[in-house]
Amino acid sequence: MKRFLALILLAAGMAFAGATLAQDKAAPAADTPAATAPAAAAAPAEAPKPAEAKPAPTPNKGDVAWMLTSTALVLMMSVPALALFYGGMVRSKNALSMLMQVFVVFSLVTVLWCIYGYSLAFTEGNAYFGGFDRLFLKGTFDSAKGEFSMAATFSKNTPLYELVFVAFQATFAAITCCLILGAVAERMKFSAVIAFIVLWFTFAYAPVAHMVWFWMGPDAYTSAKVVDEMNGKAGLLWQWGALDFAGGTVVHINAGIAGLVGAYLAGKRIGYGKEALMPHNLTLTMIGAALLWTGWFGFNAGSALEANGIAGLAFMNTYLATACAVLSWILGEALFKGKPSMLGAASGAVAGLVAITPAAGNVGIPGAFVIGTAAGLVCLWGVNGLKKLLRVDDSLDVFGVHAIGGILGALLTGVFNDPSLGGPGFPSNWFEMKPGFESITAQVLTQAKAVGVTVLWSGVVAFVAFKLVDLVIGLRVPEEAEREGLDVTSHGEAAYRM
Amino acid sequence: MKLVTAIIKPFKLDEVREALSAIGVQGITVTEVKGFGRQKGHTELYRGAEYVVDFLPKVKIEAAVKTEMLEPAIEAIEKAANTGKIGDGKIFVFDLERVIRIRTGETDAAAL
Repeated sequence: MKRFLALILLAAGMAFAGATLAQDKAAPAADTPAATAPAAAAAPAEAPKPAEAKPAPTPNKGDVAWMLTSTALVLMMSVPALALFYGGMVRSKNALSMLMQVFVVFSLVTVLWCIYGYSLAFTEGNAYFGGFDRLFLKGTFDSAKGEFSMAATFSKNTPLYELVFVAFQATFAAITCCLILGAVAERMKFSAVIAFIVLWFTFAYAPVAHMVWFWMGPDAYTSAKVVDEMNGKAGLLWQWGALDFAGGTVVHINAGIAGLVGAYLAGKRIGYGKEALMPHNLTLTMIGAALLWTGWFGFNAGSALEANGIAGLAFMNTYLATACAVLSWILGEALFKGKPSMLGAASGAVAGLVAITPAAGNVGIPGAFVIGTAAGLVCLWGVNGLKKLLRVDDSLDVFGVHAIGGILGALLTGVFNDPSLGGPGFPSNWFEMKPGFESITAQVLTQAKAVGVTVLWSGVVAFVAFKLVDLVIGLRVPEEAEREGLDVTSHGEAAYRM
Repeated sequence: MKLVTAIIKPFKLDEVREALSAIGVQGITVTEVKGFGRQKGHTELYRGAEYVVDFLPKVKIEAAVKTEMLEPAIEAIEKAANTGKIGDGKIFVFDLERVIRIRTGETDAAAL
């Protein structure tokens, strides 16, 4: 444990040194952007020389404002929302450890993202991994010229400051890693959690994000001739034409599968199936679920990367599908179990949010109705019938809700993207940018292939990473510590003082 | 002197306190407790998992009274806490050897 901590400190020290070096170089010219911005705006008006090239497009301020807001909303989804949602569901002796794991993993992944994660996921490389061009976010801000680099959106001539995109995507990487923690709650060593997340983030999150979301952007498609070449530079699943608006594969299936593998390898909690392992505070869980719903507007509508109609569509779908899932989950409970429960309503909300994530801006309102309603019922089965079949102690049902909901959403996205079912279709040729849609069968097949790749990739990486951590550190706390609770034994604090 | 301990339904606490005050009992101590008796527990369902909750929440009250106050006190509690349904609770009576009021040092009857 000591050696492990020393390693972390060393890595952090090096990172800090690198960052300060870059800062030092940047310092002298730090005030130039303010000076150049008005000049650039004035230039076209006073110099109408015909030979002069068109000025490069600048980001729309509305888009920037919306994306910064969305980023903050997604941060709120992890801390506090996910931490509270999970924290309420564990026993009171482990409540603080749950909050702590989410808080620290969120911070850890944010740091890793800015060191190498963003570069691995969102720079040009091969179909699986990006490159190392953006280590320490190098090149996102040119301090000498006072210029910010640009990232692509989904419209031509509509760039976004790359740093805004980096921040937005950082919150996605961080919350995905936090999601896994629910599956292995109440029994894992804190150091094992940290070590696993470093491995899984590097070898599962970054490549899957690259495979699904990396492409050259609409402005790279300058003529019909370069379409194939530019397509070839994108990530594997993007090339296949898989649709994932806000992270059904990258976030939910990815995390859900890792959670399932973790729950198997870590083993059942002491007393599972014999003692009452009940949620200690469903009020916290309800607050967490409600904040997740709110924050998810940043997650889904923000994934449009612009403040436009598609963002509005994603917003409405996120809103509606969640409400449908709350109703269908508690209806299912009332019919099959006798009583509608608060935990069911909160779980239904999350199931609906998960399922609508890949679909958000990719389906119309009919899609939201169907996907939301189906998610409530299917995930209810995921945490009941399916969980019993799997014989696994997935403490907070990360697999049953996130993987199952994610797979359902990913497949149904292929159905309801169809313009004849109210969906927007998608541009199959980014030079002409005309929306098209081949057929439901073909698109669902593509979606299924993308799901398969994600399941396999995340599963294998999670298995190797958990095994490795088990060998070096050990996954579980000693039995005595587990009985006493992780709050006191891992952190020397208690969530509640009586 | 006697110590009267009663286990009652939580929502009957106010009525019992009023009944005891009315007959001149000077103070009681109240504790939230859990236990089981003839009244069965209930099941709680969290997602797929069903748990039987055997221990039900009750309130325990303790009152120290002079011996001549014992019968009226028992009667007051019995009347106030009764709903006629299973789970109304029980009253236990103990002999009380000594009582000391900490502030003044008064003892026994004077301290009650």
